[in-house]
Amino acid sequence: MSEVEHIVQIPVGPQHPMLKEPESFMIDLRGEKIDAVRMRFGYNHRGIEKGCEQRTYTQDLYLVERVCGICSYSHSTAFVQAVEEIAGLEIPPRARYIRTLVAELERIHSHLLWLGVAGHEIGFDTLLMYTWRDREQVMILLAELTGNRVNYGLNTLGGVRRDITAEQMPSILKVVNALEERTKYYIEVAQTEETLRQRLAGVGKLSKEDAARLGAVGPTARASGVDRDTRRDDPYAAYADVSFKVITDQHCDVFGRTLVRVGELMESYSIIRQLLKKIPEGPILVKAPRKIPEGEAVSRYEAPRGEDVHYVRGNGTDKPERVKVRAPTLANTQAVAKMLEDGYLADLPIVIAAIDPCFSCTDRMIGIKNPGKGERRTMSWEEVSRYGVDFYKRKGIDPSRINLRGGSAA
Amino acid sequence: MTAVLALFQMLIFPGFVFLIVLGLAGQFVDRKLYARLQNRVGPPWFQPVADFFKLLGKETVVPEEADSRMFRMAPVFALGAVIASSFYIPLWSAQPLFSFEGDLIVVLYLLLIPTLMYFLGGWYSRSVYSTLGAVRSITQLFAYEIPLLIAVISPALLANTWSISGMVRYYSAHPGRWLFNIVGFAVAIITLLGKLERVPFDIPEAETEIVAGTFTEYSGRFLAFFRLAIDTEAIVAASLVVAVFLPFGFGLAPWLAFIVYLAKILAILAVLALLRTVFARLRLDQMIDFCWKVVAPVAFLQVLADLVLKELT
Repeated sequence: MSEVEHIVQIPVGPQHPMLKEPESFMIDLRGEKIDAVRMRFGYNHRGIEKGCEQRTYTQDLYLVERVCGICSYSHSTAFVQAVEEIAGLEIPPRARYIRTLVAELERIHSHLLWLGVAGHEIGFDTLLMYTWRDREQVMILLAELTGNRVNYGLNTLGGVRRDITAEQMPSILKVVNALEERTKYYIEVAQTEETLRQRLAGVGKLSKEDAARLGAVGPTARASGVDRDTRRDDPYAAYADVSFKVITDQHCDVFGRTLVRVGELMESYSIIRQLLKKIPEGPILVKAPRKIPEGEAVSRYEAPRGEDVHYVRGNGTDKPERVKVRAPTLANTQAVAKMLEDGYLADLPIVIAAIDPCFSCTDRMIGIKNPGKGERRTMSWEEVSRYGVDFYKRKGIDPSRINLRGGSAA
Repeated sequence: MTAVLALFQMLIFPGFVFLIVLGLAGQFVDRKLYARLQNRVGPPWFQPVADFFKLLGKETVVPEEADSRMFRMAPVFALGAVIASSFYIPLWSAQPLFSFEGDLIVVLYLLLIPTLMYFLGGWYSRSVYSTLGAVRSITQLFAYEIPLLIAVISPALLANTWSISGMVRYYSAHPGRWLFNIVGFAVAIITLLGKLERVPFDIPEAETEIVAGTFTEYSGRFLAFFRLAIDTEAIVAASLVVAVFLPFGFGLAPWLAFIVYLAKILAILAVLALLRTVFARLRLDQMIDFCWKVVAPVAFLQVLADLVLKELT
């Protein structure tokens, strides 16, 4: 073939069966091979960070929890940890243990969910049906412990809102034991199923150097041999009291990422058993002040998808001055472009899915792209606000008289 | 009178209407088994019929860019070719509706038309997903069609005839000899997965990559007829495999032979559903590699075995 080859442009997203959330991937295709990928994020921007500034800390807890539907507890805990650091609160040990327990249960449900999604992306729906059926057990357990399947609403400033009763412990162990059996089976399937191995091995290569350079986090980084886990490196909650292995893998591909996740499932079961053995008696809550003093804090948290970072700045009132969320998917998106280089179109879904993307967590800013010129710039909050005002003014409605906080609307 | 009888046979039983009923029933069996194997409940028995009529009632959108005539013709041609090919296949009596020396090739040729129609339908839809699906389905065709042809020809070599009914008669006269073709049978089942575009060879309609492939732009009654063509193709292709590779029970009383035929078709559908459950979708290059490097040589082995056997007997 000559240099002038036909390049087909395929839009994957914003609406596409592969994606569970709207994001846009524009793919230049040379036959079945990917020539270039252009990603465009921002379809899910909800202004949560700004919203946090207009609510009290307690209200923010519930808002931040809704950053993501899957790792809701990660965001809520990361946020509450930052606030507690500013306020200088020392939460009771039992609350730390309960937080760790729910965090690990969340990791289990998230990783099982991922395994199913990965199966679906490579046309292996049976795996999807099996893992999601098993995941239901941990979902029911979470509902039993916290009252909700997702968005548990368990955290509060200074501790947790619900205690774990002695009767609940055996049912946790029962679910953990059952899921451990199932996970062993999935490990066996992942290692022996031929079509599965063919579709996963060697796909979406990301070398250790690239993973470190592009700032990959979580299982994506660990599958490339980057030994990094916030739970061990910067222990929070009760992670300092339990022993666990940080699972790494040298495959550097989607297969490695699968092995890391199923390996982490096994570690989670062991962590939960240790927690249940060691959990101390005592209160679950200390009284938190309504007004948080001036100060700022960064909280790191190992979410199922990788390191989640929350930054909070308090100004002495009951509302935060600034909240900033850095979700793990944002850290991993850079790596995706690298992984897709020279890949096949058929591998695109599984490569993107392999970072376990959660775009609603990621969308934090509004990027304006001028399709004609291909230029890109970011709108500031004032610009967005002014744009909105102008938009309605053109329609004959004048919202500029409405007094918004900070008066930036005019 | 014979003309009326022939027309009845072609249009009602065992032709058009019968095959469509069987096709829809086959779809149900496939979906139910697939669901049960995946620990799901699965659809009720009338679901395929309900789906068909639902699609008939839906709005039919023909894309502005598409070649309207080709777009509309493709599903009808696909269905027509499938039904036509069934006339030459002995279903439960050794004598099909029509037969002549060489009808084996005609049947294989007619069964190729649906795939060509998927290609043309997708190609003339003019959307990127459809075009890609169309190209994939024609690329895949070159991978599975040759092994399938070789596998189906080898029993014919042993029987020394090019007509399917002749083959059935030969194997009925020499019971047990069909066992020699068991390898070819396996090859035929594998290639059938490609022909019917099922997992692991559902590459042309890989949902997570190219939406619905060829059928992305199809809606309403055109989609209904495409789906019907696929269901019927599954039955007709299974009938061909049954006639060629499992040629027993044709000499029984008609009602008993009919039951044996249904049981055989059911078994083939069950195997296809099982394979669909346990595999992940392969990539196009892997599929072509597999078909040419593994399946085709095995099919040639079958030819060799049949030629040697023919010399010995």
